[in-house]
Amino acid sequence: MPVVSNVTCPVCGSFCDDIEITVKNDVIVKVKNACAMGEAKFLNYASHRQTKPLIRKNGELVEVSLKEAVQKAAEILASAKYPILYGWSNTSCEAIRVGLELAEEVGGVIDNTSTVCHGPSILSIQDIGISSCTLGQLRHRADLIFYWGSNPWSAHPRHIDRYTTFAEGRFQKSAWRGYLSRLTGILSKKRLHRAVNLGLGRQTPSPPETELRLPSTLLQNKRKMIVVDVRKTRSAEIADYFLQVKPNKDYELLQALRMLVRDEELDVDKVTGIPVETLEEIVEIMIGCELGILFFGLGLTMSQGKHRNIDAALSLVRDLNRRTKFLIMPMRGHFNVTGVNVVFTWQTGYPYAVDFSHGYPRYNPGETSVVDILCRGESDAALVVASDPVAHFPNVAAQKLVEKPLVVIDPQVTPTSIMADVVIPSAFVGIEVEGTAYRMDHVPLPLKKVVEPPTTCLSDKEVLQKILGEVRRLRRNHN
Amino acid sequence: MTQLIIKNGFVYDPLNGIDGEKMDIFTSNGRVVEKVAEKQAKVIDASGMIVMPGGVDIHCHIAGGEVNAGRLLRPEDHFRDVETKTPLTRSGVGRSIPSTFTTGYRYARMGYTTLMNPAMAALEARHTHEELNDTPMVDKATYPLLGDWWFVLEYLRDDMIEECAAHVSWMMTATKGYAIKIVNPGGLEAWGFGNNVRDLYDSVPHFNITPEEIIRGLCKVNKLLNMPHTIHVHTNNLGKPGNYLTALDTMKCVENLASEERPVIHITHCQFCAFKGSDWNTLKSGAEEISKYVNNHSHVTLDMGQVIFTDTTTMTADGPFQYILYQLSGNKWVNHDVETETSAGIVPFRYKRKSFVHATQWSIGLELALLVQDPWRIYLTTDHPNGGPFTSYPKIISWLMSQVAREKMLKKINKRARKNSLLPSIEREYSFYEMATITRAGQARALGLEQKGHLGLGADADIAIYNINPELVDASKKYKRVRDAFQEAAFTIKGGEIVVRDGQVVKSVSGKTFWVNPQVSSTADITSNMKRKFREYWTVEFENYPVPESYLGTSCSIPVEAKV
Repeated sequence: MPVVSNVTCPVCGSFCDDIEITVKNDVIVKVKNACAMGEAKFLNYASHRQTKPLIRKNGELVEVSLKEAVQKAAEILASAKYPILYGWSNTSCEAIRVGLELAEEVGGVIDNTSTVCHGPSILSIQDIGISSCTLGQLRHRADLIFYWGSNPWSAHPRHIDRYTTFAEGRFQKSAWRGYLSRLTGILSKKRLHRAVNLGLGRQTPSPPETELRLPSTLLQNKRKMIVVDVRKTRSAEIADYFLQVKPNKDYELLQALRMLVRDEELDVDKVTGIPVETLEEIVEIMIGCELGILFFGLGLTMSQGKHRNIDAALSLVRDLNRRTKFLIMPMRGHFNVTGVNVVFTWQTGYPYAVDFSHGYPRYNPGETSVVDILCRGESDAALVVASDPVAHFPNVAAQKLVEKPLVVIDPQVTPTSIMADVVIPSAFVGIEVEGTAYRMDHVPLPLKKVVEPPTTCLSDKEVLQKILGEVRRLRRNHN
Repeated sequence: MTQLIIKNGFVYDPLNGIDGEKMDIFTSNGRVVEKVAEKQAKVIDASGMIVMPGGVDIHCHIAGGEVNAGRLLRPEDHFRDVETKTPLTRSGVGRSIPSTFTTGYRYARMGYTTLMNPAMAALEARHTHEELNDTPMVDKATYPLLGDWWFVLEYLRDDMIEECAAHVSWMMTATKGYAIKIVNPGGLEAWGFGNNVRDLYDSVPHFNITPEEIIRGLCKVNKLLNMPHTIHVHTNNLGKPGNYLTALDTMKCVENLASEERPVIHITHCQFCAFKGSDWNTLKSGAEEISKYVNNHSHVTLDMGQVIFTDTTTMTADGPFQYILYQLSGNKWVNHDVETETSAGIVPFRYKRKSFVHATQWSIGLELALLVQDPWRIYLTTDHPNGGPFTSYPKIISWLMSQVAREKMLKKINKRARKNSLLPSIEREYSFYEMATITRAGQARALGLEQKGHLGLGADADIAIYNINPELVDASKKYKRVRDAFQEAAFTIKGGEIVVRDGQVVKSVSGKTFWVNPQVSSTADITSNMKRKFREYWTVEFENYPVPESYLGTSCSIPVEAKV
């Protein structure tokens, strides 16, 4: 059976590129090296799938030819005054390039999933800058790793293993042994708790709390990992230290740390419930590290304060560079959400929420971001590519989205595609078609084709090119 | 088959020794030819105009990871400068870091047709090429950053020059690169842990090698591989007072590697490493010392890195330098370290006339261009966008061609900087012939681009026509007229097609990407060695690293016979 190696995994922002796939009769039968999420996608992508184009006729979605669907999609977009083109993070850069051309052609607004994800991070970077790196730099050099408001163990399962704490680098050794002993400890502790709870007849275990005394491993001269979160996640369990922050209090904690880094005095005893002495010790460790990294996730970007939280985090890391080397990186979710920001930026100057209605790119998130446009009811049609806004947007926005003509290009059946007026199923990028995508640290890698797509499914890029061609034809005829 | 006759222009073609002669130029099939029949050809009446080869820019940051990070960082840079979509052109934004399409159009409007992107992290080569594919109107190439690549540091430390050369050749092919770029050698590796190197003789932490050994080693590698361009060096200590000594040391350290009067090193954006003085307060120009050395040694070429008084965006692979710039300016700061290879930094910056330091920098750039006697060895750049955006080249042309223009600006700058400036004592004014040399012919020659920078038979039909009559206009007095003419070419011809007319794009073309393909004997050994070390060094797989040729919009490989 043919084995395809070095396949990139089209799931999360870690974008692992060492997957081995065994194919039998053009079907994927075995997946090696991938995490549970990657394996699940490679093995099950083909189930529950629509392969023929659909158009809504008399309230029902009925199968039509590709030509008819493209024609209809083009008519919708060409006749719209202010269409939105949304999604993009789960497709290739090649498709995104065509998408931008289409948005410009129809004078619409093009936006991507960052708008409801790391959009606040981008706004902060535009205010403050960012001290960052590629992931290998951390594998080789980082001896202090923070995950703040992100849970890589569950959301980016191979991140710790490939790039940070458990990775073996030139100047830093893997810390997996420490983890093993800690895991044994955790398990026996859990068993003990359970036994005690059972004995006492208690239902729930007591909530985890930040230990006020720092564990000795934090003071040793080796790699260590600290997790900051509102609850004790799986990642927090394996960390050397878990710092529990009260919900929506990240900003205070970050600014307190920042003051300490800048040698300023805190006139309170506790910050968000944590004694200042403990924070002082943590800051000592931050300053004393050789190279530190702070990864942050949606726990920071989408909790109260939003981009203000990121302002504080970016500033904290920037300030730390006066004392040592410190870096920071957003934990990007989709495998090509970084790529979509990259392509948007080189073609238009802006990473998301780009409005072409004036004939040139305009950017003003809050005004030109799709959720806001939808909530104000300004758009009169939409094209959704490789995304599922109906399931993820605020209710009002989703309602307004489906009220107006809606075209969906997606390989999967989603709540959005079910509500659409035109559905053009495409091939799975990274499984059935090639392309380029960007890892969370801006490293571009090739998406591979391992099996053939269904004969009725073209790539997102090809579908978009057809629509663009048709839109141009319609406009020429119209003029 | 497109054929053109450019009639009656004043032709400036320094590589062929043509100095303002009134003559006709013929093109056919994208090349300059001896003659075409007038019936079939399109005739351009260039009487009263200047005809030059298309402009060549040896060093402009136009594509790739750091440029794009700069774009993302600065929406405020784009808001005030937009390009609307037309039936022929894509929309975009501009100012100091224009979007890709706009970059191509604006260069073409100034008569430029060949651009060199000077800083590409090898790991992110795909990104650079994707952007170059979206940069229309021009031919282009890009230099991979190799001065701090672990393979280079290790092989040079162990004195294994040939192995190093073989690996550099692998990298050139893998990244589809054009020249060896060295930025603050050793310093970027040190920056991995937040440090830097002090000078050419400081040891790089953990690697037991000095910057001098890296520069000399890569200079030898460059010769072994028979590369068309020399090593392209951004010196250590860039942007620090007193660094003219480091620049001189850098030039001197490869002096004995030169042969047959041919250059072996290019010191890029030299203005930034021509600072005399012990601190910012005592800053002085080191242009005199540097130009004296360059005038007496033929193994060095320079480009200016001229500063323009404007708001711009600085971006280099020199992470530690950019951090210093952040501390000096207090502006927002981006840092991006790349595993095993390099780093990068970005800081927005405003050069002010009234600032002593900035005004001194402005003066240094022009002093260098005026004091280096041989125009074949200094080239006009702003290190776009570091010293200012490329759209300010016509301003620099007017300063170089007119003492009056210089004096006018001198009156407006910081008093102390004016007092220290060497400019009032320099009477030299560039001729159009010399101007053609420093903006195209010399750059093409330094790059080894045989088809570019001239209008001899067989040259690429990349031609710029400027609406200015050298017989009627005294550039020294009518410098504004000169500036305007160079700002908007009357015609730009790319590959034999008229692409710009009266400063407007009339046809969009895509342009080629050049890359050097060194032919080495032992590719199999390198590949197996690289493969073995790959997982140890990088976080991507060996097979996913190289950029395939099909990735380039229009690939144009230049095979060179290597001596390894």
